[in-house]
Amino acid sequence: MTDTQYVAPQTLDEAVGAFAAGGDDARILAGGTDLLVQMEAGVVSPGVIVDVKQVAELTTIEETADSGFVVGAAVSGAALEEHPRFGEVWPGVLEGFNLIGSTQIQGRASLGGNLCNGSPAADSVPAMVAAGAVATIQGPDGQRELPVEDIPTGPGSTCLAPGEILVSLTFPPRPAGSSDAYLRMIPRTEMDIAVVGVGVSLTIEDGVCTAARVGVGAVAPTVLLVEDAAKALIGSKLDDAALDAAAGACSAACNPIDDKRGTVAYRTKVAGVLLKRTTEIAAERAQGA
Amino acid sequence: MSESENKWIGKNTIRPDGADKVTGRAAFAADANMPGMIWGKVLRSPHAHAVIKGIDTSKAEALPGVKAVVTATDIIDFPVDTPVPLGIQDMRWMTRNVMAREKALFHGHPIAAVAAMSEAIAAEACKLIEVDYEVLPHAIEIDDALADDAPILHDFIEFDGKPSNIAGTLEHTKGDVEAGFAEADVIIERDFTTRPVHQGYIEPHACLVSVAPDDKTTIWSSSQGQFMVRAMTALLTGIPQSSIRAIPAEIGGGFGGKTIVYLETLATILAKKSGLPVKMVMTREEVMRASGPTSGSKSTVKIGAKKDGTITAAEGFYWLQAGGLPGSPIRGAAGCALAPYDIPNGHTFGYDVVCNRSKVAVYRAPGAPIGAFGVECVLDELAEELGMDPLDLRLKNAAKEGTKAVHGPTYPVMGYAESLEAAKVHDHYKAPLGPNQGRGVASGFWFNAGGESSAQVNITEDGNVVVTTGHPDIGGSRAGIANICAELLGIDYRRVSVLIGDTATVGFSNLTGGSRVLFASSMVVTESTNNVIGTLCELAAKIWDIDPEAVTWENGEARPAGANAGQFPPLTLEELAARANETGGPIGAGSQLNTAGAEGGFGTHICDVEVDQELGIVRVLRYTVLQDVGRAVHPAYVEGQMQGGAVQAIGWALNEEYVYDKDGRVDNPGFLDYRMPVASDMPMIDTYIIEIPNPKHPQGVRGVGEVPLVPGLAAVRNAIYDALGIRFNSLPMSPPVILDARNRKEAAE
Ligand SMILES: Cc1cc2nc3c(=O)[nH]c(=O)nc-3n(C[C@H](O)[C@H](O)[C@H](O)COP(=O)(O)OP(=O)(O)OC[C@H]3O[C@@H](n4cnc5c(N)ncnc54)[C@H](O)[C@@H]3O)c2cc1C
Repeated sequence: MTDTQYVAPQTLDEAVGAFAAGGDDARILAGGTDLLVQMEAGVVSPGVIVDVKQVAELTTIEETADSGFVVGAAVSGAALEEHPRFGEVWPGVLEGFNLIGSTQIQGRASLGGNLCNGSPAADSVPAMVAAGAVATIQGPDGQRELPVEDIPTGPGSTCLAPGEILVSLTFPPRPAGSSDAYLRMIPRTEMDIAVVGVGVSLTIEDGVCTAARVGVGAVAPTVLLVEDAAKALIGSKLDDAALDAAAGACSAACNPIDDKRGTVAYRTKVAGVLLKRTTEIAAERAQGA
Repeated sequence: MSESENKWIGKNTIRPDGADKVTGRAAFAADANMPGMIWGKVLRSPHAHAVIKGIDTSKAEALPGVKAVVTATDIIDFPVDTPVPLGIQDMRWMTRNVMAREKALFHGHPIAAVAAMSEAIAAEACKLIEVDYEVLPHAIEIDDALADDAPILHDFIEFDGKPSNIAGTLEHTKGDVEAGFAEADVIIERDFTTRPVHQGYIEPHACLVSVAPDDKTTIWSSSQGQFMVRAMTALLTGIPQSSIRAIPAEIGGGFGGKTIVYLETLATILAKKSGLPVKMVMTREEVMRASGPTSGSKSTVKIGAKKDGTITAAEGFYWLQAGGLPGSPIRGAAGCALAPYDIPNGHTFGYDVVCNRSKVAVYRAPGAPIGAFGVECVLDELAEELGMDPLDLRLKNAAKEGTKAVHGPTYPVMGYAESLEAAKVHDHYKAPLGPNQGRGVASGFWFNAGGESSAQVNITEDGNVVVTTGHPDIGGSRAGIANICAELLGIDYRRVSVLIGDTATVGFSNLTGGSRVLFASSMVVTESTNNVIGTLCELAAKIWDIDPEAVTWENGEARPAGANAGQFPPLTLEELAARANETGGPIGAGSQLNTAGAEGGFGTHICDVEVDQELGIVRVLRYTVLQDVGRAVHPAYVEGQMQGGAVQAIGWALNEEYVYDKDGRVDNPGFLDYRMPVASDMPMIDTYIIEIPNPKHPQGVRGVGEVPLVPGLAAVRNAIYDALGIRFNSLPMSPPVILDARNRKEAAE
């Protein structure tokens, strides 16, 4: 029965200061679509809530000169969807992000919240991992950068140190013939949690896959970067043999649990199936572009 | 009345509760507040099965802000050896369900309740209550409860002369099944299981209760029957019914789950002890852990037929989970299973099995979908074996007027065969299917109910109409009643307001349940309205100074009955109302009836699915519900019932399931992981309304709301068979189950 203090700083420095001062009990609030649900369920009861939605660095979308993107960690799904260019370049990241929740949730949910909540089933994360996105983190001791796949350390936990805030996500420039895709398996059609999620980003030159990254969610304690699956795709024409090999690598990388959401056998099998389907969609997009 | 003569019956008039609901004005139970109100919270059992050896509430009572604490000793006990029936419930079990008495029977079973100045203090106080438990082994599944070494939930229950978890049985017999099977050319016998499923109403249980120093009690709550709330609260608290006023809130879904009390008794005792109004609202988690789903089941169904498809015998054995206290819907399972068919030799048997789950509550056609599932699956297989179209097999054996059902009654005129015939010629049944797609059909029956209803019809001074009935409206009864009353009076339906009275303002009316409300309440409204019309004719006769018999009522006006009656300009309802004082006084009539003649309802469903063979996902592509509804007084609402029932069946068939952990706790107590269908999972459910008026009802009404859940489980399952060639005899047919079966089939081939 402790009271919760709410602050909404205007600058990144103030936010870091307030967050660090709040200690263990402090929580960052972006969209709140995870945090408020957890508070309502009694899972967390923060002493201080630091709302980061007034901080410019966390709420802007910037296209860099070389056509990469820097997306603020608190930008909502609806705002990113309205961006004229982001979805053209990163349709897979956007579709993963936009799958989250419903229209109402999309008005609030952020990439940063999805990542920092630390769920292995977070829908935007496999696509960000596949994209090779890099997280910019600001803390009391300054700024650092980390690949997205290094942020979560287990269900509900991240490597962010006390007082550290995720500021933005940087998506690298892409050569022509590149695209990405994300697919998840859910028993229903929406408002559900991924049993398996697969993000694939690739580049195709003259019919040959020259670069690929694969991110897989909900099959291990954290979202996985599956390098063996990418290797099976790179250098191939994405023929059946290459897809089978990549699917096999994807299934092999799985280290899931049996739980109410799916069995080990089911998740392992489905990861391979989704890898193939996601790759096909990404390849179609890459070649259509 | 033929369709062309009707102005309002059969029309989709604007629903009376629509504006309130779309503007957020509708007041649900949790919207009720009172000055000085405090909050109640329930302490629930952390164990699935435990003896309660002692409860120490002193620390909770000492916490500042705590105003009252309740345990089972504050609630009236009904000893286990003497039944205390109330409708289909038994107060022996109800008192032990609202608060655990000797034992905690499931994880989440109420142990104590606290009222305090805030929800947070009440929750804190619950943690301070010390309970001395002797934890016992638990039995969650039917087979666990029936095992030789099963933990026995109740030492007072015996079966076959031994302590047992079989709390009751029910049997229907017709003819001689052994002789019938001996005549059969083909016999198919299969075992089935279905899982417990929750009604899934959006609005959690909630109530606000105020008890005055003289015990005058007011209860605002969300229920399917304010009179049920009054009766159960009176029995469990000892406050006489005349001192309890139960006010029904607008209800956010019930589907049967709100036909019993959970919180009202606790809040009443807390309010009485504290002297302050007490509000209680369940969380979704509490709803999922501690309010009743319908039973899980296992069953064995055997049907024999001659080569031409004539069924010679059918038999079904059903075991249904009751939860921690007796009372599973074995009557619905064993009674409805074979009801659509004319079967010379039939036998059904139901076992009521207690286990350490929350006590089951009514769920839309309770037991009937379980009964129908096995039968409709076996018929599908039988049709294939006989080389017959599954609809033809059903048509060949369809019950009709004069058929004596296995469960007892002889049917009056009804439209089961019509639903099959309509299905056969429906576009849907003939539409081509693509790869990985399949089509299934199934039928179903529900008893429907009559019973007690009351209504008051009053003419306002400005010549409009207020109708008060005693049933919470969960399926469109207000709209239907407005149509009927307006039709009888010959006035615009917008001039008729239909309200739901509380227990102090309208006569006794039984629950909203059993698909009875429009059937029963329109009978009392018809009688009341006709009495009002009689009064109006008398008033006109007085004004004209002629004989009342010489006045007729037409198109909302009193008119002289014929040339002999005299020449007078007609008197409208407004004119008669304005002159009521000079002619006799207020105009109104009430009526109370114990209605009979509800008669059963039948329907047939066609379902198309597509199976994603690599992921095991089943999507319903097209779904058609064909049903004899008697008379569709408000067709859009009738369609809504048909669609809603089908959707609940699809959820039950495909994904809904409680997941229990090894300690007997529900691991998915919320809609994220208890997977009811969402809107985007469903195609638009097509409806085909068949109207064969019920001869025993003034408007031909038959119950509509429950039948459409009954056939759906098997319709989906039979469609999946058609798509995959695999017969699933267990529900749910969720993606891992489908994928696993498909992989095993592939490996075997
Ligand atoms: C109805 C509903 C449906 C949902 N459906 C999905 C779904 O389909 N797929 C899915 O993946 N998720 C789903 N979610 C979960 C949630 O919406 C997403 O995880 C969302 O992206 C979280 O973003 P947020 O901005 O709301 O995070 P918040 O709730 O604000 O934050 C989440 C966590 O991250 C921390 N945090 C947030 N921002 C930062 C930051 N910049 N730096 C450091 N820490 C930070 C917070 O302190 C908190 O612990 C659903 C939630 C709801 C309520």
